[in-house]
Amino acid sequence: MPDKDNMIAELKLIVKPYIQDEEGFENMHEGSDFINDLKINSANLIDVILDIEDKYDIVFDNESMDKMLNVRAALEIINQKISEKQ
Amino acid sequence: MTGADIIAKLPYQKPFLFVDELLEVHENGIRGTYTFDASSDFYRGHFKDNPVTPGVILTETMAQIGLVCFGIYLINKLGDNLDGVEIALTSSEMDFFKPVFPGEKVFVKSKKKYFRFHKLKCQVDMYNEKNELVCRGEIAGMLAEKTD
Repeated sequence: MPDKDNMIAELKLIVKPYIQDEEGFENMHEGSDFINDLKINSANLIDVILDIEDKYDIVFDNESMDKMLNVRAALEIINQKISEKQ
Repeated sequence: MTGADIIAKLPYQKPFLFVDELLEVHENGIRGTYTFDASSDFYRGHFKDNPVTPGVILTETMAQIGLVCFGIYLINKLGDNLDGVEIALTSSEMDFFKPVFPGEKVFVKSKKKYFRFHKLKCQVDMYNEKNELVCRGEIAGMLAEKTD
C-alpha cells in the first residue's frame, strides 16, 4: 500500500489546475470534498479523473466515478484499482 | 443518422441556429458549414457602421456544430434516448485569427479529444471559404440525461 501522505501530495498536484478555492486547496486533507471544499465543478472533476487514470494507469468505471466525491474516496478507488491490476 | 436527422434534433431555432449543413460525421469527428445571415441583428451593433461577426457568435457556431451536433450523433450511437438529453457548455478556450464578415460561409471541423462520463471535449477549427484558419480552440460540454 503506497504511503497515504505521499498519495495526497500527488493528488494535490493533479487537482491543482482545476480548483477554484485557494484556501481549501492549501488545507486539502483526507476529508476534503472536491466540489464543496475545492470548488471543482462537475465537468472539471471528470478531467481530474482522466488525469488520475493517466498517472496511475488505471480505468474508472461508472461506479467509481459516482463515489469520487472527496480525497478519501479517491485514495480508496486508486488503491483498489491498482490492487486489481496486480 | 444523417446530417439532416442530427440538425432536426437540435434544440435551437432562428435567430440562434448556426448550422446549415453537416458534411461528414463519424465516431471521431464532424464537419459542417454555416453562412452568416447579413441581416442578423447583432451586425447593427457589432460594430457601429462596421459589421463584423462577434467572437462569441463564432464560438457558438463552433459549439453548435462541433459539440452539440457531434454529441447528438455520439449519444444516438450509444443507443440512448435523444429526447431526454440536456446539453450544457462547460468550457471554451478560443484563439481568433481572421474576421468573419456578414454573408461569409464558414467551415467547422471538430475532432474528439474524449467522450467520458457524459463529458465531450473537442478540438475545433473554423475555416473561411479561402480555406484560411479563422479560429481554433477547445470546447467541452456535458451531455446528460434529464434528471426531473
